[in-house]
Amino acid sequence: MNLFWEGFRQAGLMLARRDPELLQIAWTTLRISGLATLISMCAGVPLGLLLGLAHFPGRRFVASFVNAAMGLPPVVVGLIVSILLWRYGPLGFLHALYTPGAMVAAQIIIAAPKITGLTMAGIMQLNPRLHLQMQALGANRWQTYWLLIREARLSVVAAIMAGFGAVIAEVGASTAVGANIPGYTRVLSTAIVLESSMGNYDVALALCFILLLLSYAVTAGLTLLQQQRLIGARVQRGGWWS
Amino acid sequence: MTALLSVRGLNLNRGGRQVLTEIHLDVLEGELLAIVGPNGAGKSSLLQSLALLTPARFLSYAFAGRPLPLAGGRPSRADGLALRRQLAVVFQEPLLLDATALENAASGLKLRGVNRKEALKRASAWLDRLGVGHLAGRHARELSGGEAQRVSLARALALSPRLLMLDEPFSPLDALTRSALLHDLRGMLAETGTTALLVTHDVTELAHLADRVLVLEAGRIVQAGTPAEVLAEPRTDLVRQMAAIARQTAAALTPLAGANRSGPE
Repeated sequence: MNLFWEGFRQAGLMLARRDPELLQIAWTTLRISGLATLISMCAGVPLGLLLGLAHFPGRRFVASFVNAAMGLPPVVVGLIVSILLWRYGPLGFLHALYTPGAMVAAQIIIAAPKITGLTMAGIMQLNPRLHLQMQALGANRWQTYWLLIREARLSVVAAIMAGFGAVIAEVGASTAVGANIPGYTRVLSTAIVLESSMGNYDVALALCFILLLLSYAVTAGLTLLQQQRLIGARVQRGGWWS
Repeated sequence: MTALLSVRGLNLNRGGRQVLTEIHLDVLEGELLAIVGPNGAGKSSLLQSLALLTPARFLSYAFAGRPLPLAGGRPSRADGLALRRQLAVVFQEPLLLDATALENAASGLKLRGVNRKEALKRASAWLDRLGVGHLAGRHARELSGGEAQRVSLARALALSPRLLMLDEPFSPLDALTRSALLHDLRGMLAETGTTALLVTHDVTELAHLADRVLVLEAGRIVQAGTPAEVLAEPRTDLVRQMAAIARQTAAALTPLAGANRSGPE
């Protein structure tokens, strides 16, 4: 129990003195995982919407593929991406291995299926006649898509939170494609593993607390966005359109 | 009266099943045209096809005297959207958005490019006229079935549609609420001179509501005329049964109506 308190105290001290190394690691973590989540969201939400709405041959196969990819182990993703990016690999000409870019790419492969699959499920839960009602009201294609995403926003924001949660906490892919280089590709999760392996449990725990704090801050912001409906229900003058 | 909507050779095939076959119909300016038929006759499919919400094929489709250009029996996406923006459809379920009653009532106007302030003002006026103005700030999920359907109706009427299409909008409601809504609707239609198309399976409503009736059976129109004509000279067994039900209901209601007229002073 003392170890936990020591870790908690260390975390407080590091934050209080604005430890430059800690801030660098935290910023790298937020930058890489934030960018990966943003790109995954831009690809995953429209794809989830398409899979949730469209009827085309092979849709079920694609949907099952996406659902299976939601459980991809990060270490497997890391290994595959690093093989692709090796100097003599098919994408070796990019010289991207052991860079933040490679880490973003690996994290996209982890987050995008989660965002796609959960968005698809959210869209499929909507009343199928709602789509028809939007069109009957005179919505064009893009207005219809926007309104349907808005109607499924509880699921869509949960999907984004799940994607962010998966990538900010993963170690396997970040280690394989980023190599935990200090000041460059070191992120909170890989730093925790390193400090633990060196027996610095207090520092490792301090980093854990900071990772949890960072993760909580981002998901709390997303949760506020998600729960806007509940607030809106109590406010006469809503602003859902503008 | 001239035809607001004139359709020839409407066919709808879904998954290899012929849902609607060779439908020809005119909806006259200012009238309330009812489409009746048993469950599965294709009434809702017909209404949705007329609103260009299904992949139905037409030989010709004219609205307000203007023929719609067709390619392979279908209008282009842009023409379909432009036409839908002159109509309003109320479905059996209210299908409200996850927003307040006022925002829901204004949603169609906003989708059609009316600015937010004006849309809310017009929506608010229609909510008042339908007796749910006091619920404007209430969330859609907190409304009862009748209230939600009134909001749905306000959303449609706020659009000032040239043609209002109603797909059994009151059938899930209790008899009292349904009767009140039908009464209000008839008044609003008469007041605004709106042309309307109503899908219903309630024969007893026809005589009070509709100017003309189309009877649909197995995706085909089997009889058309005024409610009195259709009920007096039924052409199929189904219409004969409908006429019998209407007569029985009228007979049952006549003494009640008499009692009401000679009620307490």
